[in-house]
Amino acid sequence: MEFEPVIGLEVHVQLNTETKIFCTCSTRFGSTPNTNVCPVCLGLPGVLPVLNQNVLKKAIQASLALNCHIASYSKFDRKHYYYPDLPKNYQISQYDLPIGYKGFLDIRNNDKTKRINITRVHMEEDAGKLIHSEKSSASFSYVDYNRTGVPLIEIVSEPDISSPAEAHRYLEVLKNRMRYIEVSDCNMEEGSLRCDANISIRPTGSKELGVKTEIKNMNSFKAVEKALEYEIKRQIEMLESKQKIKQETRLWDADKEVTTSMRSKEEAHDYRYFPEPDLVPIIVGPEWVKELKASLPQMPDEKFKQYIKKMGIPDENAYRLTAEKELALFFEKCAELYDNYKSLSNWIISEIVQYLNKHQKTIHDLKKLDPKSFVSLVKMVDKGEITSRVAKDVSTEVIEKGTDPEKIVKEKNLKQVSDVSAIDKMVDDVMAEEPDAVEKFKAGKEGVIGYLVGKVMQKSKGKANPKVVTELFRAKLK
Amino acid sequence: MQLNEMKAHELLPLLKKKEISSTEITESVFKQIDQRKRVNAYISIMKDRAFQQAKIIDKKYSQGEIKKEYIAGIPMAVKDNICIKDFPTTCGSKILNGFRPPYNGTVIEKITRHLGIIVGKTNMDEFAMGSSTETSFFGPTLNPHNLEYIPGGSSGGSAAAVADNQTILAIGSDTGGSIRQPAALCGVVGMKPTYGLVSRYGLVAFASSLDQIGTFSRDVKDSALLLNVIAGYDPNDSTSIKSETIDYTKGLEENIKNLKIGVPREYFIEGIDKRIKARVQKVISDLEKEGAVVEPVNLPHTKYAVADYYIIAPSEASSNLARYDGVKYGYRSGSSGSDKDLLSMYFNTRREGFGEEVKRRILIGTFSLSSGYYDAYYLKAMKVRTCIKNDFEKAFKKCDCLITPTSPTPAFKLGEKTEDPLKMYLSDIFTISANLAGIPGISIPCGKTDEGLPIGLQILASHFQEKKMLKLAYQAEQLLKKEM
Ligand SMILES: [Zn+2]
Repeated sequence: MEFEPVIGLEVHVQLNTETKIFCTCSTRFGSTPNTNVCPVCLGLPGVLPVLNQNVLKKAIQASLALNCHIASYSKFDRKHYYYPDLPKNYQISQYDLPIGYKGFLDIRNNDKTKRINITRVHMEEDAGKLIHSEKSSASFSYVDYNRTGVPLIEIVSEPDISSPAEAHRYLEVLKNRMRYIEVSDCNMEEGSLRCDANISIRPTGSKELGVKTEIKNMNSFKAVEKALEYEIKRQIEMLESKQKIKQETRLWDADKEVTTSMRSKEEAHDYRYFPEPDLVPIIVGPEWVKELKASLPQMPDEKFKQYIKKMGIPDENAYRLTAEKELALFFEKCAELYDNYKSLSNWIISEIVQYLNKHQKTIHDLKKLDPKSFVSLVKMVDKGEITSRVAKDVSTEVIEKGTDPEKIVKEKNLKQVSDVSAIDKMVDDVMAEEPDAVEKFKAGKEGVIGYLVGKVMQKSKGKANPKVVTELFRAKLK
Repeated sequence: MQLNEMKAHELLPLLKKKEISSTEITESVFKQIDQRKRVNAYISIMKDRAFQQAKIIDKKYSQGEIKKEYIAGIPMAVKDNICIKDFPTTCGSKILNGFRPPYNGTVIEKITRHLGIIVGKTNMDEFAMGSSTETSFFGPTLNPHNLEYIPGGSSGGSAAAVADNQTILAIGSDTGGSIRQPAALCGVVGMKPTYGLVSRYGLVAFASSLDQIGTFSRDVKDSALLLNVIAGYDPNDSTSIKSETIDYTKGLEENIKNLKIGVPREYFIEGIDKRIKARVQKVISDLEKEGAVVEPVNLPHTKYAVADYYIIAPSEASSNLARYDGVKYGYRSGSSGSDKDLLSMYFNTRREGFGEEVKRRILIGTFSLSSGYYDAYYLKAMKVRTCIKNDFEKAFKKCDCLITPTSPTPAFKLGEKTEDPLKMYLSDIFTISANLAGIPGISIPCGKTDEGLPIGLQILASHFQEKKMLKLAYQAEQLLKKEM
């Protein structure tokens, strides 16, 4: 029997407000433990929460970016469980009236677009962090409350995801959107994006849902994909060997690459939700929603469509350019200066994106990168003033320092040489030095000409116009 | 008359004229506190701080720096569930042993800004759960009128301190009658303002949607004076209401001609003490003679109020009290190494730290909020609460204020009801509805029983109608004065 997985994701995104959700403490990451705290976020007796309006604003923006409806009336609730990192032993969250509901994200996987529906987006406060002593014999642990009260939104998807790869794509698209609207940096290492997955399997084509497990403790998108793959395999094996799948919460072990049972359904918490009496209901007027909607930047998939349809850029290029908002904006700035969009997109990807990957940087780090000088580099290539090879040689300086490439080319005398008399001697020299290759060419091995041209390019330090060189060879070896 | 037996509004002109000093008042108060320790009105006293403040205030008076005196130089007591920076706040519980808040509650900030002198923290039922101040970890407070009787609760310490001249004014909190009922039983004035009028920031929560800070004093004018100080919007309390500043001491003397007084039938039922009923009805007919219009009204859902309250209040309490777990502050079990892991530390801390009544309510509340029971209990209770609110809304369309007895019985003997929680819960039968509806209420003394135990009369008004309520209370007080 064939099986298909049914996957839903619960994603926690940390909102990048300056201050916490219910007090004015800093949200800064990496501070000395228990320094970004006050009576309110420590939940001391007698304190009361006051909603940070910026959190509400960003939660609404995020909901809008996920195509959600915005609740005109919503509220906070208390979710109870005992744990030392939760100072009040309840978390202020939203239960039955979340701020955003009924949204969707369209993802592209294998050149097909698929809609993943989003059930809800709700606001809540983060908990602190337990720090266990390195000695296993220690009889106590430490707790750091700096993170307590840092604002989160939880984004719950419908079980519309049907493969681990799709889950990965969904997370990428979601992260992209949050970064586009600048409500979160969605950095999984720093915990500003966390993901739990619900997964079950069923015979392919069946409408019924199987028993699901919840997977926690996945620390990267790749881990989500791997954990889901493992879990699908495990569940299929269970069913095939006529075992029952238990509804339970399982933890992903990244070292062993397995999931292990954490707690069963029977051990699940009864959170005893009830409306938070210390906060008033959240009333959001249609005017404000309209205003926030209008202020949202263009989303990556809109840009993607625009790049393909209006600018004629290849799909893959468009996808890579829109993956990072700053990159897309850089491309758009360049496109205002020069209308060979395809060439621009090629050069941005081959030079800038590769540079970033190689140096593990983001475009934010390229403080001096200047659209004008980059465009002028691309133009020089397109006009035949420099060779691609030279362009690649000088691009680093253009990227890092924003230097005008014309200046570099002039100073280093790197202009493309198309003058036959200047190249002729080099062609003759190479023919003398490479008799074997010459023989092969004459014997009909056309491909070897690339090798010969390369030799001339070396001699010319990349300046010789490869077209002219090729023509010369063909003429001389006829 | 000793200074500590006087009212704030009598003392203030004398302070201003420099005939007396704040230090002298404070001395007389502490003298009484020392002599009457057996009343057990206070959990802790703040002598050094009080005298330091009195000295500064005396200097301000002598240099003419005090323009509007409000409560400047007047000693007052604060219920021990309101946070004062660096001073112990116990809520009458073992579980807060050693806890000193690093911040001031908003009312404390306001009292300090208006130069009130806090002399100490008063005794209370543990976490304000009780009607007799017998559930305090620090032992019961005794009723100053007869030390064999309880003072009411949960703000029994504040009520007794005012009644026993161990302070001039006091602050309490009222979740289901915790100011008004002890005020009635101790023969003083006790006022619970409208929910949202006084900031709850710094008040250790019992039941957040019902808790309200209020006043104790020896007469209505003093309560109005203290309300002037503590009322007002607070950005630290999302449930506090933005409203115009009102001088509650103004207009008390206005006549009550044509003021419409409603008398709810449901508050004069079988089982209420006959002498109480007679006294309250006497005051009502005296007010009618003064020109007030009296008419009966119905509050048909009154009979559900106690049951409703004992779902909502414990539910919220079970949540609010979850934080007392031994991890961060207060009492932690296992000094003898008995806690083998986190869970046993939780269990033992809460088992040893909380008293019986608190545990009972945590259990009721936890049960009411449990999945599968939530709809039948908490949700239903919230619906009933709306019905009770609507009852009042209807009644206040017809009349300005309601008059009822504050408590169905006068003070009872120590230990008389501790074995029967249900009986104890009925002590608040006439006060609970005001908390559920969020409306203001005040209890004023209206005579005594043959045994010399005080009787209280309650006036209720619509949301933010404290002024009307205080006016009627003041007029009733004047009539009672004439009578005596
Ligand atoms: Zn804080």
